[in-house]
Amino acid sequence: MFCEKAVELVRELQRLGDGQLPAFSEDGVRQVLEEMKALYEQNQSDVNEAKTEGRSELIPTIKFRHSCLLRNQRCVAAYLYDRLLRIRALRWEYGSVLPTAVRFHMCAEELEWFNQYKKSLATYMRSLGGEGGLDITQDRKPPKSLFIEVRCLKDYGEFEIDDGTIVLLKKNSQHFLPRWKCEQLIRQGVLEHVIS
Amino acid sequence: MSESSEHSADDELTPAELIARLEEAWMNEKFSPELLENKSEIVECVMEQLIHMEENLQRVKKGDIKASVHRMEIDRIRFVLSSYLRSRLQKIEKYFPHVLEKEKSRAASDPSFLSPEEFAFAKEYLANTETYLKAVALRHMPPNLQTVDILKAVPEPPLDSFVFLRVRERQENILIEPETDEQREYVTDLEEGAELLQDFQSCETS
Repeated sequence: MFCEKAVELVRELQRLGDGQLPAFSEDGVRQVLEEMKALYEQNQSDVNEAKTEGRSELIPTIKFRHSCLLRNQRCVAAYLYDRLLRIRALRWEYGSVLPTAVRFHMCAEELEWFNQYKKSLATYMRSLGGEGGLDITQDRKPPKSLFIEVRCLKDYGEFEIDDGTIVLLKKNSQHFLPRWKCEQLIRQGVLEHVIS
Repeated sequence: MSESSEHSADDELTPAELIARLEEAWMNEKFSPELLENKSEIVECVMEQLIHMEENLQRVKKGDIKASVHRMEIDRIRFVLSSYLRSRLQKIEKYFPHVLEKEKSRAASDPSFLSPEEFAFAKEYLANTETYLKAVALRHMPPNLQTVDILKAVPEPPLDSFVFLRVRERQENILIEPETDEQREYVTDLEEGAELLQDFQSCETS
């Protein structure tokens, strides 16, 4: 039946909750586009026949193919747009550098969209207030305490905190650090908040 | 949500009043399904306030107990401000074609919903998304299907969602619209401090 592949694309995203981004289904999209081309060409020729030879019994089939074309367009647009929403969430979750594993799941155009989005967001944040702007991707939770106990989950290297002291973040080391400095590293999985 | 009364632009706000206004704008924006009027003056003043507080903090001796308290306060205010701006940005992104349409069709004398920077951001978001859809799929589609009506494709904010209201000033003779066929419209007075649950659309106009 027509539109099966298009609906499958949408279902693939529906199955993955949690905003996960599966690999871009280049094959899937291509198949839908090919089906659309075939439907359109069949309609073109039927429309000509209906007009020139007055074969009005072709009209229901023409209308049906047109509905399939619209459905395919809707499904593909929904698939692509939903992926964009997940990609947008990545900027807020991981920061402006995406993990390589995630990047592999994106097609070239999606990477381009992400780059443009990053730039737009950065321009906007820089414009806030007078000097330097405000990074609103930070401070995601209301501050409960000034310092938190963190454990380092992977080797990160040297990390400078506000008063100039440098901390060496080695795997499994534990530190008592200012909360606001750790937020992004916690989200990236480098540090883990230890709640005793 | 609070129904606010107008303050004159010449009012000098104490820092406490400024933060109270920020918190009110923050609550309103968080719980409103639709993007509310932009409050750039409050944002700018709060940013200035934060800079002053950071400067003061530099002058406090290290280890002084005052430093922790000030630090906490700065973080708290920055959190509220960031959360407020995030709420707005999320709504702008979620409803971008409608937000831009609303801005385009307002009268020049009406206050803007978007700050100039938010407006620029929204336009870029629209252009970026349209360019993307064209490049990856639409241009490969049959000639009569190469555009998508973005206003129809992206859902509108749900204006019939319910919100809690607190009345700040006594209001008289408020008309409550009927919701079902069995109800009839009636007129009521709202006392100061009364709290109601109403759908967003009705309270927008009242």
